[in-house]
Amino acid sequence: MNHSMTSGMHAFRKGFQGLLLLVVALLLSACERPPMESVQRGYRGTGMVQIYNPTTLEENAEKHAAPFALPAGDPSGPKASTVYKNVKVLGDLSVGQFTRLMVSMASWVAPPEQGCLYCHNPANFAEDSKYTKVVARRMVEMTRHINKDWQPHVSATGVTCYTCHRGQPVPKEIWFKANHQPYGSNFMGDKAGQNEPSKVVNLSSLPNDPFTPFLLGEQNIRVGGTTALPAGNNQSIKQAEWTYGLMTHMSTSLGVNCTYCHNTQSFVSWKGNPPQRATAWYGIRMARDLNKDYMEPLTDTFPAHRKGELGDVAKVNCATCHQGAYKPLNGAKMAKDFPELGGQSEVTATTVATK
Amino acid sequence: MVELVVEPSYLVAVAGDQINRSEKMPQYQNLFTTVQAVGPVHHGVELGQGNSPRLGEPVLNYWIGKIGNAQLGPIYLGGLGLASLVCGLIAFVTIGFNMLASVNYDPIQFIRQLFWLALEPPPPSYGLQMPPLNQGGWWLITGVFLTASLFLWWARTYRRARELGMGTHVAWAFAAAIWLYLVLGLFRPILMGSWGEAVPYGIFPHLDWTAAFSLRYGNLFYNPFHALSIVFLYGSALLFAMHGATILAVTRFGGEREIEQITDRGTASERAALFWRWTMGFNATMESIHRWAWWFAVLCPITGGIGILLTGTVVDNWYLWAIKHGVAPPYPEVFPMVMDPSLATGVKP
Repeated sequence: MNHSMTSGMHAFRKGFQGLLLLVVALLLSACERPPMESVQRGYRGTGMVQIYNPTTLEENAEKHAAPFALPAGDPSGPKASTVYKNVKVLGDLSVGQFTRLMVSMASWVAPPEQGCLYCHNPANFAEDSKYTKVVARRMVEMTRHINKDWQPHVSATGVTCYTCHRGQPVPKEIWFKANHQPYGSNFMGDKAGQNEPSKVVNLSSLPNDPFTPFLLGEQNIRVGGTTALPAGNNQSIKQAEWTYGLMTHMSTSLGVNCTYCHNTQSFVSWKGNPPQRATAWYGIRMARDLNKDYMEPLTDTFPAHRKGELGDVAKVNCATCHQGAYKPLNGAKMAKDFPELGGQSEVTATTVATK
Repeated sequence: MVELVVEPSYLVAVAGDQINRSEKMPQYQNLFTTVQAVGPVHHGVELGQGNSPRLGEPVLNYWIGKIGNAQLGPIYLGGLGLASLVCGLIAFVTIGFNMLASVNYDPIQFIRQLFWLALEPPPPSYGLQMPPLNQGGWWLITGVFLTASLFLWWARTYRRARELGMGTHVAWAFAAAIWLYLVLGLFRPILMGSWGEAVPYGIFPHLDWTAAFSLRYGNLFYNPFHALSIVFLYGSALLFAMHGATILAVTRFGGEREIEQITDRGTASERAALFWRWTMGFNATMESIHRWAWWFAVLCPITGGIGILLTGTVVDNWYLWAIKHGVAPPYPEVFPMVMDPSLATGVKP
């Protein structure tokens, strides 16, 4: 072979290799970068493992870090209700505790350029002219309610405003009711509430608003058969798809596999499943409670631009707090620094939980 | 770039100037045949009474010849074929227009979301009634036409085989697939009393349906007919690989050419048989290997269909069924026991 032929073949081979590399890169572009870490949790050989990507966990660690807490406020001194006007919820705090919480809330929720003025009228901090102040008051009540009444879900870890807000006026992960017939046609093309690439269900074609029936309504989530032979369970496969949609949302919201809560042999059976399933069970009821008792009543308080396509108020789901972590803020015990929000010290929390 | 290889003279096809694409001696090779036999093409044997003529002037295509026979056409359409195509087209277009309407007739979104789109069966609340068009009515209509199309095509495969004096093995194999289709979309929904139990027409949606089916009925892996179906599915793949590999391995002795094998089994067939006898002690025959393959392939949808038909109709939870009958092993408890919170009294809603 002469020289030019060799170099020609060489160039061809190089070009081919380059093309091959490009194709492989394109094919793999949607994949996560290995190595993955597989953690066995259940009995060997049963597939009870959690799959983690250490790179992703590391990248997200900062996102899930709890912010620095201001030093605790002095509980002595006059109560906020006696010093300030129109303090309806936090009146039992001392002035020191009250101002500390207000400053913390501004840093957790308000845009930095607005600060206190995001909720307060600079001329009169006490008045309720801004809707944000009315909402914030109700949200403080909600936070206290969670920390006090929903310990089966939040445990001693508890929640603060930051758990959901993360420095944003509106938490990143919220949901509105889906418009199932968006194009006005009732002749053909009904999607039956599913069949579009929705992030809610991790880009599957499952029903993409499982929240309205399950986290607002009280539709039956349990579709699986509880007896070997048919005994009157007439839940359909379509209903199973709605449950599956909700479960996919929970799995992606927490960054865990199905087996974080369920036994691989039988997703229905409560035998042999990790205890996290009970925590999640309370979580579903908690989200439902918050949406019904706290979010929906605020519908008229919110301006139109904060509402959904169907005019409904923003609501919470699992991702609102968890945001991809198995525990919000990777389990950082932030609430204990804020007894003003109903956060429990470890000792009292344990006592309450065992009751 | 034909390299000369030593081959028996009778394997070297020489058909004059027409096929002499290479400067060198033309030869018949396996896999990617370097030489294609080119000659006058014809419409095939005369058809009996009652048959319509075959359609299309046959043509030869070099690239088609790379993967199969270079001759394209003629095709036999006939009444059954035509009716089947019309029914199939109606079903196809109904599905397509429903998908298109679901993205507001946006052709770009139609292509982008194609794998997610579907024509859904009616909500379970309609039972076996005829629902409104947009609530599964289109799905039912599609089902009628698709089923008609499949039946007509089945009759066509049967009739064409008979006209050529063949057995009807292809038709019955196709019938096995139709059985599974009918179980999924007709028999089981009727037994369950709801069209909503049936499968949506869509790429991802039918896969999600499959997963939801298993979740609803307590893990399909414990369904023994599902297990059998998987055995025959994987078994078919294995058999196909073994058979394909064996025949390809003896093509250098002419093993792939049926005519020669019929008149004289010859060295290729003998070697293929000996290979397996010496490798695993047993070998199929030239005839029986195809019987193996046929039954494995056919039993895959037959057993699968039985498994689907039993699900929900006579078994509600396959895991519990398997525990009851000692099919599923009980595993040691690893996690601390938690009670189902919904059973506790005085619990949150």
